[in-house]
Amino acid sequence: MSHDAHAAHDGHHGEGGAAHATRKGYVTGFLLSVVLTAIPFGLVMGGVIDDMRITAGIVMALAIVQIVVHMIYFLHMDTKSEGGWTLMALIFTAVIVVITIAGSLWVMVNMNRYMMPPMPPASAAAPMSDMSGM
Amino acid sequence: MSDAVYQMIFGRLTLDALPLHEPIVVATFGVVALGGLALLGLITKYKLWGYLWSEWFTTVDHKKIGIMYMILGTVMLLRGFADAIMMRLQQAMAFNGSEGYLDAHHYDQIFTAHGVIMIFFVAMPFVTGLMNYVVPLQIGARDVSFPFLNNFSFWMTAAGAGLVMASLFVGEFAKTGWLAMAPLSGLDYSPDVGVDYYIWALQIAGVGTLLSGVNLIATIVKMRAPGMSLMKMPVFTWSALVTNVLIVAAFPVLTAVLAFLSLDRYVGTNFFTNTLGGNPMMYVNMIWIWGHPEVYILILPAFGVFSEVVSTFSGKRLFGYTSMIYALIVICILAYLVWLHHFFTMGSGASVNSFFGITTMIISIPTGAKIFNWLFTMYKGRIRYELPMMWAIAFMLTFTVGGMTGVLLAVPPADFVLHNSLFLVAHFHNVIIGGVLFGMFAGINYWWPKAFGFKLDRKWGLVSFWAWVVGFWTAFTPLYVLGLMGVTRRLRTFDDPSLQIWFVIAGIGAAIVAVGIAAFLIQIAVSILNRDKLRDETGDPWGGRTLEWATTSPPPHYNFAFTPVVHDLDAWHDMKSRGGKVPAEGYMDIHMPRYTGAGVILAGLSLVSGFGLVWHIWWMAGGALLGVVGYAIWHSFDYDRDYYVTADEVAETERAGRVMAGA
Amino acid sequence: MANHTATTADAPHFWETEPHHHEAGSSTMLGFWLYLMSDCLIFAMLFAGWGVYGQSAAGGPTAPELFDLKLVALNTAMLLFSSITYGFAMIAAQEDNKRATLGWLAVTGLFGAAFLGIEMYEFAHLIHEGAGPQRSAFLSSFFALVGTHGLHVFFGMIWLTVLMVQVAKKGLIAANTRRLACLSLFWHFLDVVWIGVFTFVYLLGSMQ
Repeated sequence: MSHDAHAAHDGHHGEGGAAHATRKGYVTGFLLSVVLTAIPFGLVMGGVIDDMRITAGIVMALAIVQIVVHMIYFLHMDTKSEGGWTLMALIFTAVIVVITIAGSLWVMVNMNRYMMPPMPPASAAAPMSDMSGM
Repeated sequence: MSDAVYQMIFGRLTLDALPLHEPIVVATFGVVALGGLALLGLITKYKLWGYLWSEWFTTVDHKKIGIMYMILGTVMLLRGFADAIMMRLQQAMAFNGSEGYLDAHHYDQIFTAHGVIMIFFVAMPFVTGLMNYVVPLQIGARDVSFPFLNNFSFWMTAAGAGLVMASLFVGEFAKTGWLAMAPLSGLDYSPDVGVDYYIWALQIAGVGTLLSGVNLIATIVKMRAPGMSLMKMPVFTWSALVTNVLIVAAFPVLTAVLAFLSLDRYVGTNFFTNTLGGNPMMYVNMIWIWGHPEVYILILPAFGVFSEVVSTFSGKRLFGYTSMIYALIVICILAYLVWLHHFFTMGSGASVNSFFGITTMIISIPTGAKIFNWLFTMYKGRIRYELPMMWAIAFMLTFTVGGMTGVLLAVPPADFVLHNSLFLVAHFHNVIIGGVLFGMFAGINYWWPKAFGFKLDRKWGLVSFWAWVVGFWTAFTPLYVLGLMGVTRRLRTFDDPSLQIWFVIAGIGAAIVAVGIAAFLIQIAVSILNRDKLRDETGDPWGGRTLEWATTSPPPHYNFAFTPVVHDLDAWHDMKSRGGKVPAEGYMDIHMPRYTGAGVILAGLSLVSGFGLVWHIWWMAGGALLGVVGYAIWHSFDYDRDYYVTADEVAETERAGRVMAGA
Repeated sequence: MANHTATTADAPHFWETEPHHHEAGSSTMLGFWLYLMSDCLIFAMLFAGWGVYGQSAAGGPTAPELFDLKLVALNTAMLLFSSITYGFAMIAAQEDNKRATLGWLAVTGLFGAAFLGIEMYEFAHLIHEGAGPQRSAFLSSFFALVGTHGLHVFFGMIWLTVLMVQVAKKGLIAANTRRLACLSLFWHFLDVVWIGVFTFVYLLGSMQ
C-alpha cells in the first residue's frame, strides 16, 4: 500500500484517469465543440427560428451534446478508467445534479404560485411583485 | 486614535464585544480560562509540547487522527450539553410570570449553539473519527489514500469548532436557530456578528468534512486488501463508503447556500432578502437539500457499527449481508428525494407535498429492513451482553420509536399539526441520540481495546449506559406529550402553568443524562488507571470477525506488517477458522508518509482569516487568506514526503508487540 | 506467489509475503475527480439559483437588455482555444518534451488571462451601468454563477503558473505529470461548466 498524492518515482504516468490522449482526439473534440458552440450562438444571435421555444430546445440539446463531447475527448471519460469508478461517480453526480436543480425549480415555482400571488396594480411598486413572474 | 484608523485596524471589534457585563458568561469564561490555563500549565510542566506536536498534531497516521476527532467530539459534547441543560433549566423555571434566568438574547444563542455544536462538532467528528480509525484497518490498508489531507481535514474541523468557541467570549453567536433561516439570518434582522461566526465556522469545518469524505472514498475504492471485492467488504466499511458519498454530494450544497447568505450579508446581494427579487424560501429549500442527506451522513456510520457489533456478539455472520448493502445504496439515493418534508408547511401545493411525503415513507422501508436483519442476526445466536451489545439493543428499541414518529411526521396533514412543535424536537433527538450517539458509544466501547490495548471498565460503562437510556426517555417523552398538546419549540417563557410539570420531568431527564456523561468520563479515567488489569494481549478481545482484529492492539503505525489476503466475508474469522497464521519472519520495507505541520498551519491561518471576516478586519482576513494560498503553494514544492520503514525496524516493532497467533 | 505461511494443507494464502511495487499516487486521479464532482454540485446550486432568480429583475435591467452576446462568443472562443492548447501541453508531456509542454502551458495561460480580462471588462461595464449584483436577485445570481466560474479560472491560472515553475525546475517527473493530469481535469471541467453558463445564462437569458 503506497501513499497517495506525493511521492516521486520513476517516470511514467499514474494509472490514473488520463488514458493516453492523442493529438487527433483533441483536434476532433475541438472541431466538434466549435461547431456545437457556433450553431447555438448563430441561432440566438441571428434569430433564425421564429419560435423561441424551438430555439431554446435546440440550444439546450446542443449543450448536452457538447458536454458529452468534452467528456469524451477532453476529460477522456470511458468505462475503463479507474475500474469504472470515475464514470460511476459522474453518473451519480449527474443524477444528483438533475434532482437538485429540477427539484428546486419545481418546489420554488410551486411555492411562488401559492405563496406569492400577483399584487394588485395599485401596489405595483411593491418590490416583490416581480416574483409572480416565475 | 481616530475612528477611521481604529476601524481599519480592528474592524467592528470593540471592547464592548467582550461580554463583561454578563455574569453568566463571565463566570463561564472564568472556568474555561482557569481550566485551560491549568491544562496548558500541566503540558508545559511535564514538557509535553514537543511530544504533542511531533506525535499528535503533525501526525498523518489515520489512527491518531481518528482519536483526535473523538477527543474533539467529546470536548464539544460537554459544551453542547452545557447548553442543553441550561435550556432545560430555563424552560422548567419560566412559568407563572417568571422570566427564568436567561434573557432572550442569551437563550436564543444557546439553542442555536446547542444545535450547531451537537451536529457539526460532536456528531460529525465522532462519525468521521470512527471511520478514520476503523476503515483502513478493516480493509487491510496501511493508511488512507491522502494522509496529509487527512491531517488537514481534522484541523479544519477543529478550526471551525474554535471559531464557535470564540463566539462565546468575543461577541456573540447566532440567535437564529441551528440552520440560520433567512431572512432572520439576513443583515436586516441579524446585523450583529453572530451569523457571521456561524457562516465561517461552518465553511471552514465544511472544507475539512468534504476533503475527508473524498479521502475516505478514494481509500475504500483503491486501497482494499487483495481479494476484498466489494461484496466482501465489512458492513461498517460499506456504510462508511455510502456515508462519504453522501458527504461529497451534500456538503457542496451547504457551501453554496452559506456563500449566498454571506454574499447577502457582505456584498449586499439579494438572494434571500424580502426586497429586490430576493426569496427567503430558496434558502430553506437549499439548506434542506443538504440537511436531509446530512441526517443519513450521521446515522449510516452508526448502522455500520451496530452491524459489526451485533454480528460479533451474536457469534454469527450478519444476517442478510447483501440486503444490508442494497438498503444502504437505496438510502443513499432516496436521501436526496425527501428534503421538502422539512417544510411541508411553507406552502407548496398538494402535488409537491404528496410526492415528498410518499418518498419519505418509502425511505423507512430499507431502514426497517436493516432493523429486521439485526434481529435475525441475533436470532439463535450466542449473544454476549458486553457493553457494545447493550448499546446496540438499546438502540434498536429507542431508534424504532424515533423512526415511527418520523413516519408519522412524513404525513403532510399530521405535519401541519406537529411542525416546529416539541414533538418534532423529541423525534429528532430520538433518532440522533438513540441512533447516532448510542452508535458512537457502542463503537467507542467496541474499538477502544483495539486503539489502546485495554478494555473499558464495565461497571462505569453500565452506569453510563443506564443513565443515558433512562435519562433520554425521561427527558424526551414529556416533549412528545407537550408537542402533541401544541407547544412549539424554542420558547423561552410559558403562560400555561399546567405545562410546567412536563418541563420539570424533562429537566430531571437531562440531569440523569448528565450522570451518564460523567460516568462515561469516569469510565475512561478508571480504565486508564486500571489498564494493566484490563489489558488485552490477544489483539482480538471480542472474538472479532473483521481484519482490524488481525493485528496487535494498539496496531503498529503501519497497521499490518504483511498485507492480508481476503478470501471471504468476515476475513479474520475465515483466517482464524482455517489456521492462517501471521508470518513471524521475512519482513519487508514499508513505504510510509512523513508527518507534517502543514495541516496545523493552514487550518490556523484559516481560523485567523475567519475571525477577521467575522469582525470585518479586512487586513487580517485578506492577509491570512493570502497566507493560506502562499503556504499551500510553498508546500507543493516539497516533493519528499515519504520514507521507508526498514524491514529491521518492522521486525523490531513486531517483536516488541505481540507475535500474533493466527488461530 | 509463494506462500510460506500455510500450516495446514487446506489453508490458503492469507498474507502477502513477497514485496511488490505499488504505484505511488495511484489514488490521486480518482480523488481529484471526486473533488471535481463535489465542485460540480456547487455549480448545480448556482445554476438552480439562476433558474429561480433569473427573471427576478425587480423592475431593473433584464437579461436581454444587458447581455452582449458578441462578447460572450469571444470569451467562449478564448476558453475553447485554451482547452485545445492544454491538450497539446498534455501530449507534449506524454512525449516527454519539457520545452513544448511549458510552451503550450504558457499559451493556455494567455488564453485564460484573455478570458478573465474580457469577463472583468464585462463585469465592470455592468456595474458601471448600475447593473451590479446588488441591483436585483437576477443580477445577484448572475454575478454569483459567472463570478464563481471566473474565480475557478483564476485559481486554475495560479495553479498553472506554479506548475510551470515546478515542471521547469524538476522536469516531467511522475509527480509533476500527475499534477498536470489533475489540472487538465480541472481546466476541462471548467469548460464543461462554461457550456452550461453560455447556454442557460447568456443564450437562454437573452431570449426571455
